[in-house]
Amino acid sequence: MIWTLILLSLMAVIMIVATIVAIRQKDLLIAVFATAAISLGLSVFYFLLQAPDVALTEAAIGVALTTVIFLITIRNTKRYEKVNKAGQCKE
Amino acid sequence: MNIQDFINFLVYGTAIFLIIGGLYAVLTKKYLTKIVIGLSIMDAGINLLLIAIGYTYKGTAPIFSPAVEGKTVTMVDPVPQALVLTAIVIGFGVTAVALSLVIRLYRHHNTLCIDNIKNLKW
Amino acid sequence: MKKYVAVVLLLFFGYYLLLSFLQLDFGRADERMAVSKDYLHESVATNKVANVITSIVVNFRGFDTLGEVTVLFLASTALASILYRRNKPGVKVPKERILTSASHLLHIGAKVLFPISIVLGAYIFIHGHLTPGGGFQGGAVIATGVLLMILSYRKFHVNHNIVSWVESIAGIAFVAIGFTGLIFGTSFLENVFPVGTLNALMSGGAIPLIYIAVGFKVGAELIGLLDNILLNNKELKQ
Repeated sequence: MIWTLILLSLMAVIMIVATIVAIRQKDLLIAVFATAAISLGLSVFYFLLQAPDVALTEAAIGVALTTVIFLITIRNTKRYEKVNKAGQCKE
Repeated sequence: MNIQDFINFLVYGTAIFLIIGGLYAVLTKKYLTKIVIGLSIMDAGINLLLIAIGYTYKGTAPIFSPAVEGKTVTMVDPVPQALVLTAIVIGFGVTAVALSLVIRLYRHHNTLCIDNIKNLKW
Repeated sequence: MKKYVAVVLLLFFGYYLLLSFLQLDFGRADERMAVSKDYLHESVATNKVANVITSIVVNFRGFDTLGEVTVLFLASTALASILYRRNKPGVKVPKERILTSASHLLHIGAKVLFPISIVLGAYIFIHGHLTPGGGFQGGAVIATGVLLMILSYRKFHVNHNIVSWVESIAGIAFVAIGFTGLIFGTSFLENVFPVGTLNALMSGGAIPLIYIAVGFKVGAELIGLLDNILLNNKELKQ
């Protein structure tokens, strides 16, 4: 029980930090990897909440395929989000 | 605050934080890829919320393997899990189509900021 | 200014969402299970399938799954048609993808891991009714293996004819198994095949067959989707 709690808290901290990084980061590559970290934490959550089927799906689709599709998009468009402090576009 | 209340708060709090964070990105960001990232985060949060509703203390995964055969065990609710299994795959399809639209818009307008894409505004 | 309004509104929304969910007892789902108890019972009693989620996804809500693979197929088609780019006459399009060539480590690693990932994916969807996993997960694992090959070898191409044939045959097999339920039983997707004993590989009647078809279909769809998004983005060399 106590180990479950520790693992759950660790994953919750990782997911919250990764969400903040994914939203605030100007470099979209880092934001996409933060999204992958959210999926990884979510997979552990599903496993601890007794849903192994969903954990397997999340690990296969959320961590691998979604990240790759985002990376292909970034390769074909732009890598840096060019906005100023107020949120206005600079290009 | 005992340990069960803390787990309760932890799981629901994380799920709702993900939903709120994704919604914030969708509402305030101007960059198209960032908006799609926000949508994908929101999707993850809602899935976690659904799984958390179906959890049972001391429950096992809903699989009648030889280890639990013949014993009386409590199992977690299988219906939300089947729902979320579907939702994750559909979410991947939605993300893929959204990103293909992003690539197409970039090819046409050569920018990704929604402020500079003004063809439909008057 | 707009940002702060959004933050305040979202904080309100999140606070009341959290408050209302904290009223719902976490970990007490067994008290409010209504239809799930019947599913848990029927899955073992009539279908003889150990994994209840497989039983729900394929049998009790099989029509839903048929719609889901259709949605995935539509997503793949829509992506291909959105990204389609007509080649200009006179401009020669290079046959290879414009990727930086992969390192030696990735070449060897992809060669070793590709057969293993194919076998793992096949294992996951064949044993979908016994262990966690099933058609969707197995198809995704197979697509990941093919993606590794695409990323590490510039000349590796997926044969679109084979992919579309596999996908069509798998889809037809799903519908055909559904119609056997309609012909020999009473409803679409009813399980009319003989069910074996619980926890044997040959058990569950039509359920493993349908999940194998779903595995092939999802794998083919995801491979086609990934290949389309990589292939249709060739930047034309000057």
